Amino acid sequence: MNSVGEACTDMKHQYDQCFSRWFAEKFLNGDSSGTRCIQKAIKEKEIPIEELEFMSHGKEKPENSS
Amino acid sequence: MVKYFLGQSVLRSSWDQVFAAFWQRYPNPYSKHVLTEDIVHREVTPDQKLLSRRLLTKTNRMPRWAERLFPANVAHSVYVLEDSIVDPQNQTMTTFTWNINHARLMVVEERCVYCVNSDNSGWTEIRREAWVSSSLFGEAPSKTLVETAKEAKEKAKETALAATEKAKDLASKAATKQQQQQQQFV
Repeated sequence: MNSVGEACTDMKHQYDQCFSRWFAEKFLNGDSSGTRCIQKAIKEKEIPIEELEFMSHGKEKPENSS
Repeated sequence: MVKYFLGQSVLRSSWDQVFAAFWQRYPNPYSKHVLTEDIVHREVTPDQKLLSRRLLTKTNRMPRWAERLFPANVAHSVYVLEDSIVDPQNQTMTTFTWNINHARLMVVEERCVYCVNSDNSGWTEIRREAWVSSSLFGEAPSKTLVETAKEAKEKAKETALAATEKAKDLASKAATKQQQQQQQFV
């Protein structure tokens, strides 16, 4: 199936193949072991990663950075 | 004007086969009208649901009377968005599909819910709803029509005012000229 961008079709096929495998083998079986492995490592190293807003580190940014 | 459709059907395949096949749906012999397919967004939510947005372009097939009435729409393909949520834990999938162009002519929205068939757990049932709406053939004028009418009225008022001013101006000029001519004769 073609992409809306002619130049993208081959890349799209590669993505589709990878996705179909992940979807059928992992996702549908509730196998989130990939993400869980990383989450586990982050917890073990006590990296303070939770509740951080996307694209912002929370602090107010002044108009001119000093 | 909105027309509503409701239907139900059964696929004699298991839910996981159906959900996997959904992503390999195109191309197929019954989808010659689907020209392109792209996943433009995808994410897995914290509660393990898969959200996807799929962009499709489809040929715009209209009956000949519609082609004559709406010639501007003939050349343009239809862009369709399909948003979906796959919930493997509850074994359901919900999709919402609609056209994002040709919207002034007609909007078709379709919502499907796929789940395990209540009689046969090896089968999948689809509950399908559709809404077809058009702002062209309705009883109540669309917002655009009312706004256009308002604008036209305002414009007519302005034109009339400008014409009145111009007429007054010409009249006063003519009067001044007449005065000058009369003075000349005195």
